[in-house]
Parts: sequence; C-alpha cells; structure tokens
Amino acid sequence: MSVQLATQPAILERRPGLLARFSDTLWRRPSVLLLVLLGPPVAWLGIIYLGSLLALLVQSFFSIDEFSGMIQYEWTLKTYGELLNPVNLDIIARTVLMAAVVTIAAVLVAFPVAFFAARYASGRWKAVFYLGVMLPLWSSYLVKVYAWKLILAKEGILTWGLSKLGLMPLLDLVLAIPVIGGNSLSVSYIGTFLVFLYVWLPFMILPMQAAMERVPVSLLEASADQGADPSQTLRHVLLPLALPGIVAGSLFTFSLTLGDYIIPQIVGSSRLFLGQAVYAHQGTAGNIPLAAALTVVPVVIMGFYLWGAKRVGAFDAL
Amino acid sequence: MQTAVLFKTVSRHYGEVRAVDRVDLDVRAGEFFAMLGPSGSGKTTSLRLIAGFEQPTAGHIEIFGETAEGVPPYRRNVNTVFQDYALFPHMSVRDNVAYGLMIAGMGRRERHAKAEEALEMVRLPGYGDRRPSALSGGQRQRVALARALVNRPKVLLLDEPLGALDLKLREQMQEELKGLQRSLGITFIFVTHDQGEALSMADRVAVFSEGRIQQVGTPQDVYERPDTPFVADFVGSSNVLPPDLVRELTGLAVPASLRPEALRLVSGAEAASDPDASRLTATVTGLSYTGAVTRVQLGVRDLALSALIPAGQPVPRGGEQVGLSWDPASLHLMEAAR
Repeated sequence: MSVQLATQPAILERRPGLLARFSDTLWRRPSVLLLVLLGPPVAWLGIIYLGSLLALLVQSFFSIDEFSGMIQYEWTLKTYGELLNPVNLDIIARTVLMAAVVTIAAVLVAFPVAFFAARYASGRWKAVFYLGVMLPLWSSYLVKVYAWKLILAKEGILTWGLSKLGLMPLLDLVLAIPVIGGNSLSVSYIGTFLVFLYVWLPFMILPMQAAMERVPVSLLEASADQGADPSQTLRHVLLPLALPGIVAGSLFTFSLTLGDYIIPQIVGSSRLFLGQAVYAHQGTAGNIPLAAALTVVPVVIMGFYLWGAKRVGAFDAL
Repeated sequence: MQTAVLFKTVSRHYGEVRAVDRVDLDVRAGEFFAMLGPSGSGKTTSLRLIAGFEQPTAGHIEIFGETAEGVPPYRRNVNTVFQDYALFPHMSVRDNVAYGLMIAGMGRRERHAKAEEALEMVRLPGYGDRRPSALSGGQRQRVALARALVNRPKVLLLDEPLGALDLKLREQMQEELKGLQRSLGITFIFVTHDQGEALSMADRVAVFSEGRIQQVGTPQDVYERPDTPFVADFVGSSNVLPPDLVRELTGLAVPASLRPEALRLVSGAEAASDPDASRLTATVTGLSYTGAVTRVQLGVRDLALSALIPAGQPVPRGGEQVGLSWDPASLHLMEAAR
C-alpha cells in the first residue's frame, strides 16, 4: 500500500487519444460544452421551426386575387381584415370557447387523479398510475377518435347501455339542449368536447402531478396545524403551489384544442373549427394567406394567455 | 397541577412496526417538556399524535382534559414548529405568520399588527415583506416560531427545531426558547435527540427507546439516577457496568451506572503503594481531546469504559496501565434492562 502510494505521481498523465484531450478542454471551458450540447437542437428549432413560423407570418401579409385565385405578393392587411368577417369570427369564437371549456374540464378531472398519484401512490400504484395515464398515448390518435365515434353514435354502446338502464330520457334531454345538442352525441358539440377531453387529459394530468409532488407534505400539515380545514388548505396552499403545473397543463390542452382539425371533423356537428378552416383554406381553396392568418390567431391567443397567467402570478411559486 | 397532555396506553402501529407502544404520559400545564430519544424511538410519532397528524391505533389521548383521538389537527388548539419549518414559499413572512389568524377570520389590519408583534417577539421586526426564501435558516426558524405562537396555542409542539442550526445559534435559540416559554406560560413539548439540549432546557424529560418510554423525570433524575442501562448510556454516555462486575464490587447482581466524570485515574505507582486506592485496573485504549475535557477510553477486561479529565490535569499515555477509583455514592444501581 505505502509502496504503491510512493510511486503514484500527484498529477496523473492525460490518457492518450484525442477524446481525452477534448474532455480536458470541455472541463476547462464549460461554455464549449454548452455549445456542443445545445447547438444542434437550437439550430433545428431556429431554422426549421421558427423559420417556418416566420414564413407563415410573411404569407399572412399577402393576399389572394379573388378572380384569378393567384397570390399577390404585396404587403397588405387585407387578409387580416378577412378574419373579421362574421364567418371567420364565428369559427374563432367557437374554437376558443371549446378550448376554454375543455381546459377547465380537464383541470377538474385531472386534479383528483394527479393529487392521488402525487400524495398517496407509491411503488406498484405509481406504476399503475403512469401506465394508466400514458397507455392511451401509445395507440393511434385516429383509432381513439374513431372508437369514440362508435361509442357515441346513435347505434353505439353508450346509447345501448343507457337504454338498458332506462336512462334514455336523460340522454334525450341532454341532446335536446339547443346548440350543443343534436341528433346523437357523435354529431353534437358535447361529443366533440368529450373526445377532446379524453384525448388531451394526459397532457393535463402529468404536469399537475409533477407540480403537486413537489409540494412538501409538511406544508399541508402546517396549514392544518394553523387551523385550516381541507378546503382552506386546498385554496390557500395546495392550489397556489400547484398553479404552475396547472398552467403548464392548460397550455397543452388549450393550444392542442385550438389547433386540432381531425376530432371536430370526425365527431361533432359540421361547423368548422380553426384547424379545419386552416386545412380547408390551404388545401382545396388554395388561399394560403388566409390559412396563414388563421394560424396566427392561436399563436396570438396563446401569447396573451401566457402573459395573463404571468400577470396573475401563476409562475410565482416556480 | 393541571394536565396539559395525557396519554393512556397509547399505541401507534404501522403493520408490524410499533412506532409508539403502550405509552403513558402526563405533561403538566405550563411546563417545558422534552421528549428525548434516538431516531425511530417514537418521540416524533408521539408529537404527531398530539398535533393530530397521526391517530392512535389504541389508547386514549387528552389535551387539557378533552378527548383528542378522532379530532382533526385543524380543530386542535395546538401549534407545531416543524423540523423543516414548513413556511409557505408563496407568501411573505407577514402572511406566513398571520396565516392562522386569517383562517380564523381576523381582519387584515388586525392580523398584520399581530403578526408584526409576533415578529418583534422573535426579534425579527420589519421582516414582514420578505419571502421565506430570502431568510437564513435561523431566521426561518424564528418565523416558524412566530407563526406558531401568534395563535396563542394551549400547547406548542417543537419537532427538533434546532437541529439544522449551527452550534452558536443553537445555544442562543435555547436561551430564547426558555425565555419565551417562561414569559408566555404556554406548555412547550420539545422533541430532540440531543441529550444536552433536553437537559439544559426542559423542566422534565421523557426518554424514549423503541416506541416505549424508559424514564420520565427532571434532568437531574435522568442524568444522575437513570432507571435503565439505556437511559444511562443515552443521556450523557454513562458507563454501564454489567451485573456480574457489579456483584464483585457491591455484592448485588444488577447493572449499574458510573458517570465518566466520576471516574478518577490512579497512576500505576500510586496503585502499587496503596492497594486500596484503586478498585479496578484498566488499560488506556484511546484519548480524544475536546477542549474543556479530555475523554479517556479505557479497557477493563472485555469492557469499554470512558473517563473525563478536566483540562490542566495530567493525561495518561495510550497503552498505559492505570487504576480506577470513584466515590461509592456515584455508583448508581439500576433495575435490570426493561
């Protein structure tokens, strides 16, 4: 032992090879490491993502010639003006309202699930939770949406089950509600809402669960210790501390609903949502400028949403 | 004297684990009571039973004469200073301290005034606007204390509150806690694994081991007259002599406690000239210098003992043979292990 110690130098030789030299350089200059790690993804995001977003923004300031259907490459706000005609305003309002309702419902449904997973589940139950939340994400989105169409259809399992339970009058009552009702759930706004809620729910549960898991149990105990009953603890301690997670989840559910064009096409009334309108304008209609302008709408809405969330202090607990 | 907290054969089991096992306890109103024990001894679980975060598996708990089992924490007029302080990170120091008053429905102006008063009491006046994250550990500790005391609880529970503080600050806080307890007259129940802290602060100490109480008494009781070998060893690291050795010395086959500071070392020459000067022969196996005293590790047959030599007195060398002597009155006989 002591012999070996005596023969060991105080500073070890660098191992041979270029890699070892590179390692030493990275250790001495952490900024180089940062560049190596972040360079490729930032380039990808910057060029492919931001670049195409910018191209989109540019397109939205062009217009289309109504007679020839050709794009006129001249700067104009005419296309944005078209957004304000009643048909497009109607689409925007319908989509934003749907996104808001889906988000609120997702928060309400996700909260108990996320709370259970964060506070009580451990070991096997945690695995069951993650599997249960993630499993739907593994199957194709189209398959799930078509499955829902079958469930909600007039001849579907839901109608069948409700009739067996003698609850048909209830379903008829719900379907008779003006605007959101319809012939069957699969062709009503209620159906569209249910499918949106189901498909986006994991994106709300996971960030909420992560946020609640970071709230130390002792804070909830301290609140109870100070005389707060569970509902007061929820309002004054748990919700404010979980708010960043709720906002993160709502960013997903809100923006995904704003942009989706498949669910309302398969399940719901034939009235258009923003995504469908974009799809129609850039495809069959060939009106790229209007499609681009319509795409800018959710981007702007999300910008305001984030700004508002920051204003009410949603990120203070971060 | 009125009883603040009463345990009647209280148990808290987690499956096979008996965190608290048939504990009887009687904490008097207005006293500074310490629950002392190693980790896993049941002291913190007992505290949580009083706070209401845990419910007993069996037994009966009273707080000022009223049945406490089945009552949620938010209906108990008891407040806790948590080990990790548990300050709300999204609130200012003022809102933290005023939290209980807000929950109780007190108006903003009044509760803010009370919070400022409480902050003055813990010597943090004017800190109300800060965030807990902007405070040092010692300051957070004081805020936690202010938050608990501002409600004027019947009982204040402290869960190892000084554990995270450095030595100097800890000693200072010990003094302040004692002063606060005396001036407010609130019953303090204090959980600690530090026997020095328990002895210096408490009116009475309960020593916990493996879910049971080994002894309840004044600091003098548990230090000078330990009931069991565990208490003797845990409170002040006393030498515990086994029954067969005690029989040789006294004729009684019971374990006995012999304080390290009661042992006197007799040099080999002195022992040779006067056979009565030494009762046992020992080998010095180790020395550790701690400033005010030097701790001498001694081997007596297969037993390890320790003695304390005050600074300035001659210290033996390692490996040296020495004789041991003591005042017979300092050998404290105990009952066999419980």
